[in-house]
Amino acid sequence: MEENITKENIRKKENIVYKKTNLMTDKVLSYCPGCGHGTTHRIIMEVVDEMGIQSETLGIAPVGCSVLAYEFMNIDMQEAAHGRAPAMATAMKRLMPEKYIFSYQGDGDLAAIGTAETIHACNRGENITIIFVNNGIYGMTGGQMAPTTLPGMKSSTSPYGRDIVTMGNPLKITELIAQLPGTYFVTRQAVHTPANVRKTKKAIRKAFENQKLKKGLSFVEVVSNCSSGWKMTPVQANKWMVENMFPFYPLGDIKVDRELVK
Amino acid sequence: MAKVKGDIVVDIERCKGCEVCIAACPVNAIEMSKKVNSKGYHYMEKVNDNCTGCTNCAIVCPDGVITVYRVKI
Repeated sequence: MEENITKENIRKKENIVYKKTNLMTDKVLSYCPGCGHGTTHRIIMEVVDEMGIQSETLGIAPVGCSVLAYEFMNIDMQEAAHGRAPAMATAMKRLMPEKYIFSYQGDGDLAAIGTAETIHACNRGENITIIFVNNGIYGMTGGQMAPTTLPGMKSSTSPYGRDIVTMGNPLKITELIAQLPGTYFVTRQAVHTPANVRKTKKAIRKAFENQKLKKGLSFVEVVSNCSSGWKMTPVQANKWMVENMFPFYPLGDIKVDRELVK
Repeated sequence: MAKVKGDIVVDIERCKGCEVCIAACPVNAIEMSKKVNSKGYHYMEKVNDNCTGCTNCAIVCPDGVITVYRVKI
């Protein structure tokens, strides 16, 4: 029997166990090699595909590296002004309460210019899903320091490392919004290993299901790498992320069913 | 004992050679090719028959270039 197993025998349509979902378009992603944005896009689309809600899902693209997210996700999407995605999601959800609305934002978008919109949308408890990709840097514009940049971390505007005396402390926005009464589900995940990708997918699925059950705002942070901004190879960047980002941004659920996880 | 055998098909032109899949493979079945695609990236390829079709490489691939096949033998 074993001799009969040739490449041609294995490569049959019925033997496919994993394939890029059809909800991702065939365009080549504009992201750098190894960037977590691509994986995050794909798992959101897999969740939408598995739930069968392609025609009822509306996404909001941010400004930042993922500004072209609408090119890659094969669903209806809307581009928002820088940082204003939660405000737009609020409007869209109130106009179309039966649709699934999610905003996809980076750390410069959500935690810097869009802090007010984010915090107030979370405090109002809008029934939307926010996906927040945190790589600790402004990737698109050339690796400048972001509010989420770690102390001592080098970026193009902090070439000697972030000095917290003159440049302030990094912002743990996920912990901050977990304190607000409007948020229902707040979690922090990563996409650098298969196990973490599976966990993140579960979290995103839960976030979409909460929206279906009209539970309130679900917030999923994805800690990601930025190999170009950090000036490393993708594999080194993932290792650096595990060693430096995770102690400051610990993974796991922060708020489940409107109760803080102790 | 039921054994499984896997195979992968890589969309060479979309691969950006980030090597994240190589770190994720539990059986060391993939490596970077010495050849490059039309964009100049070294692409990943399967180098031996250890593949079990576990889908780890495809799950972590940021660009979704890998299709995984699996059969029981």
